[in-house]
Amino acid sequence: MTEPTNPLAIANPKMSARDVKVFYGAKQAIKGVSIDVDMDNVTAFIGPSGCGKSTFLRTLNRMNDTVASARVEGTITLDGEDIYSPSMDVVQLRARVGMVFQKPNPFPKSIYENIAYGPRIHGLAHAKADLDVVVEKSLRRAGLWDEVKDRLHDSGTALSGGQQQRLCIGRAIAVEPEVILMDEPCSALDPIATAKIEELIHELRGRYAIVIVTHNMQQAARVSQRTAFFHLGDLVEYGVTGDIFTNPTQERTKDYITGRYG
Amino acid sequence: MTGPALFLLLAGLGAIAWVSARARALRLQTVARETGRRDAVHSLPGYHGWYVALWTLAPAVLFLAVWANIAPGLVTQAVLADPAAQSLPMDDFSRSAILGEARSIATGAQAGAFNPLAQGLVEPYRAAISKYGVAGAVLAIVLAFAGGAYAFTRVRPDFRARTRVERLVMATLLIASLLAIVTTVGIVASLLWESFRFFSMVNPLDFLFGTKWSPQSAAMGYGNEDAFGAVPLFWGTIFIGAIIAMVVAIPLGLMSAIYLTQYAKPVVRKWMKPTLEMLAGVPTVVYGYFAALTIAPALRDFAVMIGIHGASSESALAAGLVMGVMIIPFVSSMADDSIAAVPQSMRDGSLAMGATTSETIRKVLIPAALPGVVGGVLLAVSRAIGETMIVVMAAGLAANLTLNPFASVTTVTTQIVQLLTGDQEFDSAKTLAAFALGLVLFVVTLLLNIVALRVVKKYREAYE
Repeated sequence: MTEPTNPLAIANPKMSARDVKVFYGAKQAIKGVSIDVDMDNVTAFIGPSGCGKSTFLRTLNRMNDTVASARVEGTITLDGEDIYSPSMDVVQLRARVGMVFQKPNPFPKSIYENIAYGPRIHGLAHAKADLDVVVEKSLRRAGLWDEVKDRLHDSGTALSGGQQQRLCIGRAIAVEPEVILMDEPCSALDPIATAKIEELIHELRGRYAIVIVTHNMQQAARVSQRTAFFHLGDLVEYGVTGDIFTNPTQERTKDYITGRYG
Repeated sequence: MTGPALFLLLAGLGAIAWVSARARALRLQTVARETGRRDAVHSLPGYHGWYVALWTLAPAVLFLAVWANIAPGLVTQAVLADPAAQSLPMDDFSRSAILGEARSIATGAQAGAFNPLAQGLVEPYRAAISKYGVAGAVLAIVLAFAGGAYAFTRVRPDFRARTRVERLVMATLLIASLLAIVTTVGIVASLLWESFRFFSMVNPLDFLFGTKWSPQSAAMGYGNEDAFGAVPLFWGTIFIGAIIAMVVAIPLGLMSAIYLTQYAKPVVRKWMKPTLEMLAGVPTVVYGYFAALTIAPALRDFAVMIGIHGASSESALAAGLVMGVMIIPFVSSMADDSIAAVPQSMRDGSLAMGATTSETIRKVLIPAALPGVVGGVLLAVSRAIGETMIVVMAAGLAANLTLNPFASVTTVTTQIVQLLTGDQEFDSAKTLAAFALGLVLFVVTLLLNIVALRVVKKYREAYE
């Protein structure tokens, strides 16, 4: 597979992948994916379990580095800069490309400390007053401020699942990233909490480039403007969300959308 | 009949019982199956075999165990009833000496008699032993047959042999575990009793808070006041086990755990972890002479060189350092477990924020793993203060209340060894003091263990 079947003409992509292959040991998980992600739209990755959508997402901020057996080929650029080149500092990269995980994973610290963690390690705020500003701003953007402002020093793990996930989004926002990767952020949440996260994604759109992996097609239709369909390590189809769901060009996409498999 | 022959005979009977009961059950069950009802057959033939074999062996073996205890008494009575025994002296002491001698000759443990009276009793003894031996063997065999026959008649397709055998297995396992508990209770009871006797001679407050320890002076008749102040011992124990040893073990153990869980490649971890854990398998006496012969003299020379007064060739520092090394695997493997128990998502969350590995360890993993690490350290302390061999060999005997790590101090365990080695009289405060010290040690380590296990358990729950 060389080019996506329906490459979107993106003039100035935020992130751009070309012929990316990922191997776990001898097993190939991604078979040559090329895709552009832009700043103004939310991009959704959909596909059945094990199709490689999460694996591919993790290549975008090099989280696969933590898996000893993983190997990545091809090029991925952020603002035209190769993120796998030796001159790229992975710490800097991850500050620019934040990530929210499938299961809410707040640190076993206070709400305040969870948000302040990133700004502290990146030296973005030193004085207590600066940090307070960053914490409030991030929590407001994550839509959590009103719920937690009176108990900032309670443990982050004591929040409800949906609140924890918004805390994790707030934590990612606090380091002022340019891209936010979300790996099935609602799969562990109830419908009401899911609705709040989706609302939040709408609000964050435009300020950050957002890539969301989801196994829930309705969610992809609701939150994204661009949808990429993955199957067995291939990027089968990539296009405007409305088109993918109403008028897919590929047989496999159509079968998946209509629920033949998945 | 001799013991081994009887044993073989019984084993043979048991085997025959097993084989024949199994065969019978097999035959009966084949017949029962032909009736077509599946529930007509309850247990596999093998269970019937075991059931009958156990009924054959268990009563006979239990009987022999009881018989072995009452038979000598019966033999002695038979001998005393013999005419040759009428000339025995009346006092118990010389009478039992002669009887003992006669018995030794009769069983072949002794060649000839020193006392002519004993020689005369040899024959009656032989006769009685053989008579009761044969009686016991016959009774055991009869019991075996009776038990086997009773069980054999019960072999039927619908007999629940499996349930019976399983119940016996459970009872055996229960008895095995109760044995350990009963032993513990017994040990604690004896500790309490002897300590009670000690505290009836020495005021517990003087013991727990007194600062002068000289049990020798009490033994030489200077009185028990002021001789059993155990504070120097407690201090020595804490100084060596909870302070010096932990200063060595906590950082080294923690750092090696962090390296092994976070940095080491799987190959390195695979050989490094077992090697480290081998430290825990070195006998403590080996650590002891390493401390006494290698570390202690070197430390004394060093102390003298830099001009420290009171440096001794047996020092708290030598014992503490070596004990710290011994404890490293404890701390390291507990810390290893608790760091590994912190969910991967926590680590990912931190790394995805752009934190480095060491920032992640310092700010996320260690705080999250802290309760487990603390539990591990408490367990290590309780191990260290109960440790005996190293301090006996390297810490010395002088009950000094000192902060100088190069000076000789003594510990609770060292003093227990001192008080209980050599000839003892079990009614003196000096000897009984050992039990009081043991009780204190027991209570302290018990509390440490309870607290540590609570802490560890609570922390494990936090992630499950």
